[in-house]
Amino acid sequence: MSLESPRVPSTELQLTDLPVDKTSLGNAVMVGLKEIWAHKFRSALTMLGIVLGVSSLVAMSAMVQGMENGQREAMLAIGGLEKVRMEAQRVPVEQRHLRDMARGMTLADVEALKAGVPDIEVIAPEMRLELDPTLQANGKYHRTFMTGGILPEKVRIMEHEVEHGRMFNDIDASEARPVCIIGTGIRDELFGRPEDTGAEVVPVGKTMTINGQPFTIIGMFKRYEGEQERKQRLESEAERQRLKSEGKAPPKGPARGQGRSGSFAFWIKNNTVYMPLNTMWHRFQAGLSNAPPEPRLSNIELKVRDFSKIEQTLAKIRNIMMVNHRGIEDFAFRTFEDWSADIDRFVKNARMSGGLIAGISLFVGGIGIMNIMLASISERIREIGIRKAVGAGGLDIFVQILVESTVIAVVGGLLGLAFSRLVVMGIAWVAPTGNNPVITGGAMALAFGFAVVVGLLAGIFPAVKAARMDVIQSLRYD
Amino acid sequence: MALLELRNVSKIYHLGGEEIRALDDVSLDLEQGEFVSIIGPSGSGKSTLMHILGCLDSPTRGNVVLAGTEIARASARELARVRNRTIGFVFQFFNLLPKLNVLQNVELPMIYAGIGGKERRERAEKALEMVELGHRLKNRPNQLSGGQQQRVAIARALVNNPKIILADEPTGNLDTHTGELILALFRRLASEGRTVILVTHNPEIAAVTPRRIEIRNGKIAHQVDAKLAGLDRLPGAAHGGRNP
Ligand SMILES: Nc1ncnc2c1ncn2[C@@H]1O[C@H](COP(=O)(O)OP(=O)(O)O)[C@@H](O)[C@H]1O
Ligand SMILES: [Mg+2]
Repeated sequence: MSLESPRVPSTELQLTDLPVDKTSLGNAVMVGLKEIWAHKFRSALTMLGIVLGVSSLVAMSAMVQGMENGQREAMLAIGGLEKVRMEAQRVPVEQRHLRDMARGMTLADVEALKAGVPDIEVIAPEMRLELDPTLQANGKYHRTFMTGGILPEKVRIMEHEVEHGRMFNDIDASEARPVCIIGTGIRDELFGRPEDTGAEVVPVGKTMTINGQPFTIIGMFKRYEGEQERKQRLESEAERQRLKSEGKAPPKGPARGQGRSGSFAFWIKNNTVYMPLNTMWHRFQAGLSNAPPEPRLSNIELKVRDFSKIEQTLAKIRNIMMVNHRGIEDFAFRTFEDWSADIDRFVKNARMSGGLIAGISLFVGGIGIMNIMLASISERIREIGIRKAVGAGGLDIFVQILVESTVIAVVGGLLGLAFSRLVVMGIAWVAPTGNNPVITGGAMALAFGFAVVVGLLAGIFPAVKAARMDVIQSLRYD
Repeated sequence: MALLELRNVSKIYHLGGEEIRALDDVSLDLEQGEFVSIIGPSGSGKSTLMHILGCLDSPTRGNVVLAGTEIARASARELARVRNRTIGFVFQFFNLLPKLNVLQNVELPMIYAGIGGKERRERAEKALEMVELGHRLKNRPNQLSGGQQQRVAIARALVNNPKIILADEPTGNLDTHTGELILALFRRLASEGRTVILVTHNPEIAAVTPRRIEIRNGKIAHQVDAKLAGLDRLPGAAHGGRNP
């Protein structure tokens, strides 16, 4: 044999002179990846928990984000945070003995507030029909719920836009003329949808009965819809145009994702029927046997000028109302701050419950990883013994096992992120809503971070166990 | 000062109340460049002695001194470092990692020495060429014969250039011819100035080494050192080292 070996250094050896070990992390990652690849099926099963945990966390957060966006969009659509609503309510129990003195909310309240609170930008009273009225026109019936007698300010406060015809004027009001202005939802029900007829339908000038009383439709509002709804509608319209230009018959019937699937707030807004307050009073309330001496309002909506001072303004409004009502609380406040808080609470709850589910998945995934790492080290006792015999320290073995478990989690986490897109698309396809799910980078980073932490934590116990194994015993093991 | 000293080393196991003295108060000096064989019947404590010499195990009692440093006081981390740099261990059953190829197996000690990839590969190839396996780098251990596997193990033991080579029955699983080739390799390593300690139960193999230590029941029974003129046989000494 021809031997050419390195020369042995002749200097005296000192333990303390030895250079410090450097564990090559890149090398450990490679070993980890190889280990995963060597046990593909087992690794895939192990990763499943992490994949599900990460994807459910991301998908859940995307759905909640979508809903939140939709809610905020809807809130802005009906006037935003600056809006305050006062609703007539029954006299509270402790004031029952004063019931006969309660006269409800009246136009006198509106005048008093206008005069007494300069911070009110606009104030709009409404008188509703007590029971949902039946509308009839064009041979069709429709039961609706948003039929109100109003002053023109209501249009401003609700951010309505008259697109066809006109709004009623002072003469309509003072003469209590039977005129009304409707939303496109009412039009859709009674006169047909433009999607079906292929052209805009404008029933201005047509007659419609409200609980049997004939009214003339003098105007129609614009169509209100969410961002998502509009996109879908425009897409299907373009599709229809394309089919038309190709000479094919456009498909009848509602396209997917249309109709009532949109945000509730927009749907309500589109189903409005307004008439002058005075018309409502004279035609539906004044003639009744138990009619009050003056118009009784169902609600008063107002918008404050300065949102930052809403507390003071509300206190002032409350004072004036209490004086006017002689201390009887036959009205209640509802601010959109409440709604906003509701949204926050809903988002928080949804996140918590979704987070809990995802957390359980990740926890189970972590247990799976720990289990597989324990199985892996007991399969590799001899390997660990050999590595130690040739100079691996406990720390080297610890890092190797930890890296392997983390690599499983990282790969599982990446798969989970990819999978979450599919989950979101799947949910949106199965149950389309007006609220497009929004996958945020933050949610992805958070879910991935959790997965990595789970991998690290799951690896610690097996890693410590492996690092502490006795060299001789490990070498003897078969 | 000897390179490696054992002072009154005992290794005691307890099995169900029974005390097993695998090593019983052994003292021993090993100099740099010595070629030593350890013989004795099965169960006499040869492997236990080798493990303690190789810093794979620590004694129940007594001291191990490596280059003037007491091993008993060294931390697990320092012992790992000694195994990595100062000692090369060759096992009877080769102990190669089956999932790694020949080259990767030889690179292993250098990974834990923090040596970079390029140098690691070069040195592993050189060590494998030295044991005449430069052409089998990509083979898995199970694709090699026993003698070839043991040569890979020797290349692995040599690759960090250790001062001490310990081999526990390295030819025990090989046929006579292959065993002789392996033995020639160890003789060569000793002639280069390394301390080589060989466990065997074959007197013919032991006859090759200048110094022979016979172990019985955990004690040194006889010592022979051809280098010490006129002292062919030393009386068996329960407490004695090489030098009276
Ligand atoms: N881990 C252990 N537990 C109990 N007894 C052991 C252990 N290791 C070795 N022994 C005992 O110590 C004695 C010496 O063993 P060993 O050094 O392997 O002998 P040899 O290598 O000379 O055959 C034997 O009696 C063996 O049974
Ligand atoms: Mg043995």
